[in-house]
Amino acid sequence: MDFGGFDSSGASVRQHRAIKILLAGGFGVGKTTLVGAVSEIKPLRTEEPLTEGSLRSDSTAGVERKTTTTVAMDFGRISLRSDLVLYLFGTPGQQRFWFMWDELAIGALGAVVLADTRRLADSFPAIDYFERREIPFIVALNCFDGARRYDVDDVRVALDLDPDLPIIHCDARSRESAKQVLITLVEHVLMTSPEESAVRHSVR
Amino acid sequence: MPGNDERWLDAEAGPVVRPYALTRGRTRHAGESFDLVATVTSTNALVTDPAALGPEHVSVLQLARAPTTVADIASDVDLPLGVVRILLADLRELGLVAIRTPVTMAERVDKQTLREVLNGLRGL
Repeated sequence: MDFGGFDSSGASVRQHRAIKILLAGGFGVGKTTLVGAVSEIKPLRTEEPLTEGSLRSDSTAGVERKTTTTVAMDFGRISLRSDLVLYLFGTPGQQRFWFMWDELAIGALGAVVLADTRRLADSFPAIDYFERREIPFIVALNCFDGARRYDVDDVRVALDLDPDLPIIHCDARSRESAKQVLITLVEHVLMTSPEESAVRHSVR
Repeated sequence: MPGNDERWLDAEAGPVVRPYALTRGRTRHAGESFDLVATVTSTNALVTDPAALGPEHVSVLQLARAPTTVADIASDVDLPLGVVRILLADLRELGLVAIRTPVTMAERVDKQTLREVLNGLRGL
């Protein structure tokens, strides 16, 4: 595998850098709202051939290879600089959508699990997924109007999360709040990522 | 609703559709695979065989005049990702586009880039 980007002299070879951030959560938890609050949101569809396994039904027996299902993703882009663009991909959290995540997760910076405290169990599959694949993530609790505001520590216990994993409250409708969610994720990834041994001298 | 998670076919999963005639039934593309955020750029090579291209190929090619990504193209032409991938692979085979995997895909995002992302977000 070749790895380009910065040459040995440290001079930057200005290449377009695309950073992926995943946003997972149950249906109606506010993924689309959050992506729209902080980025230029664009429609994106994907499709997968339905297999017998995913269908769990014999209603299409014999035509498996002729049928696909279309899934809408929340797709947003944030241009941080001309050569640095952040891409947000919001996908449903349920296990049956993991085929999409397997691809999205490659090289991703990390993930945000957006949760609704009234339906915390909806975020279990996403948390499980990221833990197993060692993809850094944070949990953002979308504060719906009228919903009880749970203490972060209670949520941590309920979700069985490590003490150093950030859990924050957010309002997915607010640009500032959505921004803070992403900042919290990047800070978390920065804190937990190992020091690069490849860096021979610090460049300030 | 009980058993909701057991059902694949629901509103969230989307409609079940026939494969796209655009790809002549193909669901897998030829050649090396490429990421959703791989950079696509038109090579500006001359189209030697216009008959090999459908109108969707041409739309995709036009979008790639300036460097863009696979996901951006899929969104802009309003076609499912899988279809766009096949169209892009066709164009690559004809030498009309170059598809480059982003630097950051090689491994975890490095700390320097993370800091740049952080500063960029704070400055939004």
